[in-house]
Amino acid sequence: MTTSTRGATKAPAVLVLEDGRMFRGRAYGAVGVTFGEAVFSTGMTGYQETLTDPSYHRQVVVMTAPHVGNTGVNDEDPESKRIWVAGYVVRDPARVPSNWRSRRSLDEELAGQGVVGISGIDTRALTRHLRERGAMRVGIFSGNALPDEGTMLTEVRQAPEMKGADLSTEVATKEPYVVPAIGTKKFTVAAVDLGIKGMTPHRMAERGIEVHVLPATATVEDVYAVQPDGVFFSNGPGDPATAGHPVSVMRAVLERGTPLFGICFGNQILGRALGFGTYKLKYGHRGINQPVQDRTTGKVEVTAHNHGFAVDAPLDKVSETPYGRAEVSHVCLNDQVVEGLQLLDKPAFSVQYHPEAAAGPHDAAYLFDRFVSLMEGQRA
Amino acid sequence: MPKRTDIQSVLVIGSGPIVIGQAAEFDYSGTQACRVLRAEGLRVVLVNSNPATIMTDPEIADATYVEPITPEFVEKIIAKERPDALLPTLGGQTALNTAISLHENGVLEKYGVELIGANVEAIHKGEDRDQFKLVVDAVNSKIGYGESARSVICHSMEDVIAGVEELGGYPVVVRPSFTMGGAGSGFAHDEEELRRIAGQGLTLSPTTEVLLEESILGWKEYELELMRDKHDNVVVVCSIENFDPMGVHTGDSITVAPAMTLTDREYQILRDIGIAVIREVGVDTGGCNIQFAVNPVDGRVIVIEMNPRVSRSSALASKATGFPIAKIAAKLAVGYTLDEIPNDITEQTPASFEPTLDYVVVKAPRFAFEKFPSADSSLTTTMKSVGEAMAIGRNFTEALQKALRSLEKKGSQFTFVGEPGDKAELLVEAVRPTDGRINTVMQAIRAGATQEEVFEATKIDPWFVDQLFLIKEIADELAAADKLDPDLLAEAKRHGFSDQQIGEIRGLREDVVREVRHALGVRPVYKTVDTCAAEFAARTPYFYSSYDEETEVASREKPAVIILGSGPNRIGQGIEFDYSCVHASFALSDAGYETVMVNCNPETVSTDYDTSDRLYFEPLTLEDVLEIVHAESLAGPIAGVVVQLGGQTPLGLSQALKDNGVPVVGTSPEAIHAAEDRGAFGQVLAEAGLPAPKHGTATTFAGAKAIADEIGYPVLVRPSYVLGGRGMEIVYDEARLESYIAESTEISPSRPVLVDRFLDDAIEIDVDALYDGEELYLGGVMEHIEEAGIHSGDSACALPPITLGGFDIKRLRASTEAIAKGVGVRGLINIQFAMAGDILYVLEANPRASRTVPFTSKATAVPLAKAAARISLGATIAELRAEGLLPANGDGGELPLDAPISVKEAVMPWSRFRDIHGRGVDTVLGPEMRSTGEVMGIDSVFGTAYAKSQAGAYGPLPTKGRAFISVANRDKRSMIFPARELVAHGFELLATSGTAEVLKRNGINATVVRKQSEGTGPNGEKTIVQLIHDGEVDLIVNTPYGTGGRLDGYDIRTAAVARSVPCLTTVQALAAAVQGIDALNHGDVGVRSLQEHAEHLTAARD
Repeated sequence: MTTSTRGATKAPAVLVLEDGRMFRGRAYGAVGVTFGEAVFSTGMTGYQETLTDPSYHRQVVVMTAPHVGNTGVNDEDPESKRIWVAGYVVRDPARVPSNWRSRRSLDEELAGQGVVGISGIDTRALTRHLRERGAMRVGIFSGNALPDEGTMLTEVRQAPEMKGADLSTEVATKEPYVVPAIGTKKFTVAAVDLGIKGMTPHRMAERGIEVHVLPATATVEDVYAVQPDGVFFSNGPGDPATAGHPVSVMRAVLERGTPLFGICFGNQILGRALGFGTYKLKYGHRGINQPVQDRTTGKVEVTAHNHGFAVDAPLDKVSETPYGRAEVSHVCLNDQVVEGLQLLDKPAFSVQYHPEAAAGPHDAAYLFDRFVSLMEGQRA
Repeated sequence: MPKRTDIQSVLVIGSGPIVIGQAAEFDYSGTQACRVLRAEGLRVVLVNSNPATIMTDPEIADATYVEPITPEFVEKIIAKERPDALLPTLGGQTALNTAISLHENGVLEKYGVELIGANVEAIHKGEDRDQFKLVVDAVNSKIGYGESARSVICHSMEDVIAGVEELGGYPVVVRPSFTMGGAGSGFAHDEEELRRIAGQGLTLSPTTEVLLEESILGWKEYELELMRDKHDNVVVVCSIENFDPMGVHTGDSITVAPAMTLTDREYQILRDIGIAVIREVGVDTGGCNIQFAVNPVDGRVIVIEMNPRVSRSSALASKATGFPIAKIAAKLAVGYTLDEIPNDITEQTPASFEPTLDYVVVKAPRFAFEKFPSADSSLTTTMKSVGEAMAIGRNFTEALQKALRSLEKKGSQFTFVGEPGDKAELLVEAVRPTDGRINTVMQAIRAGATQEEVFEATKIDPWFVDQLFLIKEIADELAAADKLDPDLLAEAKRHGFSDQQIGEIRGLREDVVREVRHALGVRPVYKTVDTCAAEFAARTPYFYSSYDEETEVASREKPAVIILGSGPNRIGQGIEFDYSCVHASFALSDAGYETVMVNCNPETVSTDYDTSDRLYFEPLTLEDVLEIVHAESLAGPIAGVVVQLGGQTPLGLSQALKDNGVPVVGTSPEAIHAAEDRGAFGQVLAEAGLPAPKHGTATTFAGAKAIADEIGYPVLVRPSYVLGGRGMEIVYDEARLESYIAESTEISPSRPVLVDRFLDDAIEIDVDALYDGEELYLGGVMEHIEEAGIHSGDSACALPPITLGGFDIKRLRASTEAIAKGVGVRGLINIQFAMAGDILYVLEANPRASRTVPFTSKATAVPLAKAAARISLGATIAELRAEGLLPANGDGGELPLDAPISVKEAVMPWSRFRDIHGRGVDTVLGPEMRSTGEVMGIDSVFGTAYAKSQAGAYGPLPTKGRAFISVANRDKRSMIFPARELVAHGFELLATSGTAEVLKRNGINATVVRKQSEGTGPNGEKTIVQLIHDGEVDLIVNTPYGTGGRLDGYDIRTAAVARSVPCLTTVQALAAAVQGIDALNHGDVGVRSLQEHAEHLTAARD
């Protein structure tokens, strides 16, 4: 007998990839079974923001940073009302959280929200596997009575795939709500919620924008009912190829020439609205250290990313679209993936990454100012 | 925007000798910079007085000046080389200060030299306390975060005393402006402390300025390493969190990368502040380091300071992340932007990103308090550590335990056996930060302390405290388990437990644990440091071990040579050994081997991922090395393991490696034993007919007394199996012998004390040589300036020897060959001789690369370590001569008559240490080595070379003014001639009454000054110590009296250190200094590059 309080008594857990590779570890968070798309995130800070980012809906997130949970869980940093990840994979969970804002441990929070996780596995081996083979379906099984390997693998292979998944209505608000401007109100923006993060309307509110957050199902009429100075399309989960409704709403906004800004999923929707294709990246961009070049200034910003799909637009020329000329405004220097689009003849632009940060660097916050400028320009 | 085309040549300034706070990291950064600049097609001119650096290797720069780094000498170099630009940010504070002087005295403008990589305004804004406060205020007004600690700037003691009231009382922090490594700073808890610390600080600061600050003791401490390019792209390369909270200099703290206890919001605030600061300061291109304190209660952020240059932390950050800051800083300085520079490790992605880590890095400092027994061992804001070890693990516990065992110091690892002691006492002890406090904390935990109690005592963040509890709980499980099952063993390894620790806990031998572990299949894997947490494939094999699932070591075809490095720098084992290891890597790579470097010192060139084909950043313990050898043997053929170049650390593993079947190449472990073991070595000498001083070994006072009685006093006594003269002492009488034996804790039947006849007044000679079994290549003969009895590492020396004749060299060569042959050397050997009268005694032989190899190599323009590495793997001296690696004819014993004279001078760390009363430590040289580094002066004659060595080490010798002379009786005779010379050069002599009397009898006028013990005179006549403090003395000659304790000399010497007055403590040094002063007073001292010296030498040899 030992007097250990080390917690090695946690139930065993297995992570099973659809190609058959397995990792054995210990349960973390809730005990049970979960499925999703396995993706890795390379951020070293910001697990609370990551967990509560609706774009991670139906994804099992592998943290490459080994220590997770060190600062516990507070009530200020979540990006939405709940944890969205389908499962959580960490190497060394904290036993004792330490931060003056911490309210409870991450383990408790995960368990409380029923999020199944696994700890103690070789997360780097798993990450390398995903890098080489691409994002794929995964299952986490934990508990003292685990099914046999064949059964687990079969179950993983029966789980739905991310390609073709229409998920934004599952995560978006059902009812519209308003985020008031901080200080003097200058503009009204209709924000179509496809899985919006809390920091996004906050960044707008800081700039005197009253943000009317609308459900993903909002119609053109709903959008214009708030008499917006600008329209915003948010980030969100799923395959942009399934986003027929938001694409049609966006086209109507483009027709009217209302200033438009899109982030992440919103960028893919702008791409599709302009007639570009979208495609699934092998393993996506998920982290807070990605170098993106603003092609209008040549400057490089270090940015937060969370996207598995990207827009297929030509980097080397201006494209003709039904809404006038469009060009790629931002590009990721790691792999030349399109990270931003802008129309040259209409007040519309979007970026594939996250200028609202949370988690991540604030380098791209100027994009909210650009949105404000577009709205000012329209007014003048 | 590509490289600038208007710059064709660049002057790079190095950092000079290794001192505390400015060590090998600047060789690493400078070497990287020089290589990059040359690769860009620029002509690189380098100045660095430190010969033990890779950067001063003639092939690293186009023109290498081993000259003093003073504005005067650098101006001479500029006048001669006319560089277009000066890059001052890679040579530490020394280079930066020199560049500012050259700017301010108009030299740069006069010669049209552009400062690149920094501008003077930015340097001042970053380093000047007043200006930096304004910078922080400006940042706060822009982004709403970041503030300075409340503080006042003081330029006098009156300001200081008034300042305390302004801040609301004690404690306060004192920080002098423009000093390196935080020299002269500290906490003052009362007025007495304040007067002492601030007084010294005002003196040390070149601008006579200190800052008084509110106390933020106990806050969390962080550092960010940033880089900026000319397009204003800024990246944060690394965040570092200090395990020890505020109050301990970051160089003396255990530090962790990345930061462990910040939420993203808090981290982004630090990042925003950092970026705003670098912009506000105006660092146009390059790296900088910013330190923060964060209040653990509410997150209030204070910006402590910034360094607008590459620093020790940036070297650490480079090794921790794989992002080579210095290399990229050099590229930015010549015009590139971050997005134009590829990331070496991925090759696919640009450098304009922020590295992300999927591992944890822990750095632990290595101290040398045992060398300064009277020094106060409390850690403060003045850096005191002499080196550091870094370790990488997949979690904190693994990295921490690896770092602690990398320190390779008794008691540095956690121990879990024996009585921990009294909890309350341990907690009280843990309040004071010291070397090894973490071990005290662990014992307190073992004694039952709670997490809260540990936090209360130490303010170490609760997350870190819990990690220590985790380690302790695993130790408990190991102790309680019925047997070592694979799960438990794997869990213990996963948290960094060594086989030795597990063995200690289980009462098993280390090798038994290892056998069990291997039988159970519990072995480490090797992961790659790749800057990107595996997001992209890594092309650079930079590995660390972890007990995880998947290894990343690729197979290879070429035979590998594994080179074991020297671990953390310490006194006696420093950068010189890294130099030899790096040379071995280069030479063996050229010879067609795949080179594999193993080391754990982040400051060094050897741990640059560019140096060897593969790098294992690992502790140099038997266990860790055996696992690497195993991993590499699975990857491909191994030609051998080189242990002779990294100093005592790898040498000590030699026999055990061989016993484990590892192919150790070069000098065999048995031969090493023959040189190190007293009896065996005595046999070698007897067979060769060579005399050694009379000696004996004893385990008791009675035994030692008997030996001393027989051979006569004075005797040299020391414990056996020690390094760097640890515990060595010259004993003049029986009473001291008795107390020495009583005090020495190291003596036991298995570790007897060695008693040698001490050769008074002998000339000490060092020889470095190569031997291949057939032929001897005498690398160089060094004649020490100081007499035998002063540790060779602390003694100045000259090469070629200045007073030895051809006959002496012949004898030295014959003796060296006999010993090399008798011992069985295959590679390098270093032998110390003493010439007493006409007898050449052998003092000791070390069958390995010595501290002087780089010096000898540079002085004779022959790469000895490269040759040694090749000999280890079977090449003969004849082959190496034919190849051109060694000269075709002759060797270092027969240099041409007009060969330049090189003088090596040791640099001592006196100013860093104080005793518990705040007084300086004594500066007398002795048989125990205490220097941290060295410089080289090279010129055509001895006097000039010696003067250069002094200028490089301590500042220029005075050429006029007042010289104070006070010598021991035995030195009085030999003082007369040099004293007369000083007068001839126009010096006014001051002397204490005894010395003055002798001088007067010899017709030399000297003014009598009062001893400190005599106090101020009736008419206010100052004592010598007061005169020194008042800056009225320009040169001090003070030789100690016997082994006496605190005599006048102590006060004089510590005053000299405090006021930075040249202080000579031997008459031999005085004689040399007089020659130097003579040279300085006779015309201009020139500068000449090593390449020019080598050309000259080679021409003369042919």
